[in-house]
Amino acid sequence: MTVEKTDQKSVLLETRGITKEFSGVRVLDDISISIRAGEIMGLIGENGAGKSTLIKIISGIYQPTAGSLQLDGKQVEVPDFITAKRLGIAIVPQEFNLINTLSVYENIYLGNEIRKKSGLLDKNRMREKAAEQLAELKMPIDVNLLISELSVAEKQLVEISKALLLDARILIMDEPTTTLTGHEIVILFTLMRNLKRKGVTLIFVSHKLQEIIAICDRVTVLRDGSLISVDNAADVDEHDIARKMIGRDFQQVFPQKKIRGTDDIILEAEGLSSGKMVKDISFNLRRGEILGFAGLVGAGRTETAEAVMGLRPLEAGKLTYNGKKVAIKNPRDAVRLGIGYLSEDRQGKGIVQNFNIPQNVSLISLKRYLKGVLIDKRAELEKSTQYVKKFNIAAASQKMALRFLSGGNQQKVYLARWVDTDPRILILDEPTRGIDVNAKREIYDFIHSLAASGISCIVISSEMEEVIGLCSRVYVMREGKVTGCLEGKQITEEEIMFHATGIKGQVS
Amino acid sequence: MGIDIKAKTTGFFKNFRFGDHSTGMAFILLFILAVIVGWPNFLQPRNLINILRQISYTGIIGLGMTLIIISGGIDLSVGSMAAFTGGITILFLNLFPGPSHLGVALAAIFAVIFGALCGLFNGILVTKGRIAPFIATLGTMSIFRSLIQYFSGAGNILSLNTVYPEVGAGMVLGLPVPVWAFFIIAALLHVLLNNTRFGRYVCAVGANEQVARYSAVSVTITRMIPYIITGATVGVTALLWSSRLNSINSSDCVYYELDAIAAAVIGGTSMSGGKGTIIGTVLGAIMLGMINNMLVLGGVSSYLQQAAKGMVIIAAVLLQYNKRN
Repeated sequence: MTVEKTDQKSVLLETRGITKEFSGVRVLDDISISIRAGEIMGLIGENGAGKSTLIKIISGIYQPTAGSLQLDGKQVEVPDFITAKRLGIAIVPQEFNLINTLSVYENIYLGNEIRKKSGLLDKNRMREKAAEQLAELKMPIDVNLLISELSVAEKQLVEISKALLLDARILIMDEPTTTLTGHEIVILFTLMRNLKRKGVTLIFVSHKLQEIIAICDRVTVLRDGSLISVDNAADVDEHDIARKMIGRDFQQVFPQKKIRGTDDIILEAEGLSSGKMVKDISFNLRRGEILGFAGLVGAGRTETAEAVMGLRPLEAGKLTYNGKKVAIKNPRDAVRLGIGYLSEDRQGKGIVQNFNIPQNVSLISLKRYLKGVLIDKRAELEKSTQYVKKFNIAAASQKMALRFLSGGNQQKVYLARWVDTDPRILILDEPTRGIDVNAKREIYDFIHSLAASGISCIVISSEMEEVIGLCSRVYVMREGKVTGCLEGKQITEEEIMFHATGIKGQVS
Repeated sequence: MGIDIKAKTTGFFKNFRFGDHSTGMAFILLFILAVIVGWPNFLQPRNLINILRQISYTGIIGLGMTLIIISGGIDLSVGSMAAFTGGITILFLNLFPGPSHLGVALAAIFAVIFGALCGLFNGILVTKGRIAPFIATLGTMSIFRSLIQYFSGAGNILSLNTVYPEVGAGMVLGLPVPVWAFFIIAALLHVLLNNTRFGRYVCAVGANEQVARYSAVSVTITRMIPYIITGATVGVTALLWSSRLNSINSSDCVYYELDAIAAAVIGGTSMSGGKGTIIGTVLGAIMLGMINNMLVLGGVSSYLQQAAKGMVIIAAVLLQYNKRN
């Protein structure tokens, strides 16, 4: 095989004009990147920038709408995951695909079992070879242990071994450090350097700036589905990358005037702790304000909201509501006090798919529709009709099961459910995730009018512009801790990004 | 949109969707078939009443079972529980000497409460004990059966009360008491499921437990109560069955759980929870009875009756499965 001689080092994988659309929405636009043999390429961008979509196309999980992939200078078709593996492209997914009840070696060889001539499994050989490979990675794990007995870092290692089994030349790692501790990250980086020395090309996906700078040879920045830059890691610093990741123009989708709320504090949290994701969180919320919680995915914002709602047990901390200390043990306590929480997981924790609109709207406030012990279905339907009008919910009939509605309409029904409880405080977790621009704008307007009517709103969002466009104050979280509270002119994408990634506001 | 295209053309059927009424349609088809196969005997009032009486014992339990299945659970112990409850009820009744009507009245209340307590036990195992419903009730199925065998010396427990059979063998307005019990309980549970807060919560918990939890629904209580209600329906069946023969045998009511579950499933209740109707279960139970009756009238070997029942259950589930895709 002749190696293509170019000015640069040899290119192993090239994406040519990769474009991807999901039902008409363009999520990747004309991406052309060359990845060189034996380098570690960083792929960075905000949530929704298109990182995951791109690596899914490279590893055969998605098919591009336009564009092609070149491997060793030749165009290749990657119709599925298996073909990608055969071509030497392997992916270590963010969520592990390991079977807890099987041992390490059984997982590594799952789907590629070695058999004896008799057709029975050659367990000894698989054990030996798996142990060999793990030793080569300088990570000795007993191959007979069950996956459930391993730490997260060890599981990741098994996942990497599995990926390398078929002589992978390109290893894609999707946010591998999210669940690791500092020490484990150091070990992972050592391993990545070892792999590089062995000639494996790595694509490292992350939204953590320091990590990208620390480990990568080059850095690709994506934003809103477009390729922004490809730089040598040595030539850029964290601030450069942060600026490239953000910095888009705001569309005029946010209400013009911001609502500050009044000065009296309706909810004060002091030193809330719950598990690994909520560590000593303190914040306060004013009456009628829209308060933002910014940060990267996994910063502990959702967990904090769930702790306030009584969905997670509080290990420490104090909640003061309207000047009185309160104990919220379960969501019913929270609802009784007038606190609501719109979950980020609309499908899994929000709507009931096979309930119709009135049934979904009244789920929490059902008590109000009782006549004696029976539900007054007419009153229920009337109220629901009002919400359909107020929130501009598009549905052929009230009787339609929610699964037939679009994401935006489902979200509005879900929002109506909480509004129907007459909350004093409403926590909205990623309120516009997965919905179209028009519905987004409408939801911003609703939140705005809720606040104007005196309801205090907390908006948790990973979309910078949302937090900036809506909120008068913003708490930024990182790794389960509050790293800062920004107010007024301080609320900029850069400031938020700095606090979210740990450049500013280090807390010990 | 696009879901009710099938029958949009004619005015009468404008809002008619076959998928919503498949149980009713199957019922009608089966009825016609039974009329043809069993002509003329099938349509005799005595035969029809007999069918209803036969299915009412497991049908009553099936009504409670429907709630359990909608809530995402299952109860395999109902057959053993019925025999156990019936036996203990007779022992209780025998505390009242002579043909005591008071004794019978108290025994009736006792049976329902005792059954409900057995159901509560299942409910606690499933919710507080966090044991999978299938396993928990498989365990209690064995426990209840063993207890009735112990108390009856693996034989009969006989009632000494001569008026007790009036309950189970009695007729009111031309219909047997068990049939009345079946229809009245069906009406009550239908309202409970469709028109009360609890009923709504049962559907929500069965459809998606997380959604219910995040919507401030007490999942534990919502999952537990259907077991208690089912226990109470088992109590009613135990009362009716034991009074009919004025005794309980330790091997009575075997496989009742299968008929109860089958009635619910044939009636369109989804085994994965969240969906089902009481009316469907009533129709499902009657269909099972019609099939048996039809096979008897048609001269088919009684050994094959269970096979026919099995095929109907499988067909019902297949129909559900296809609808979902």
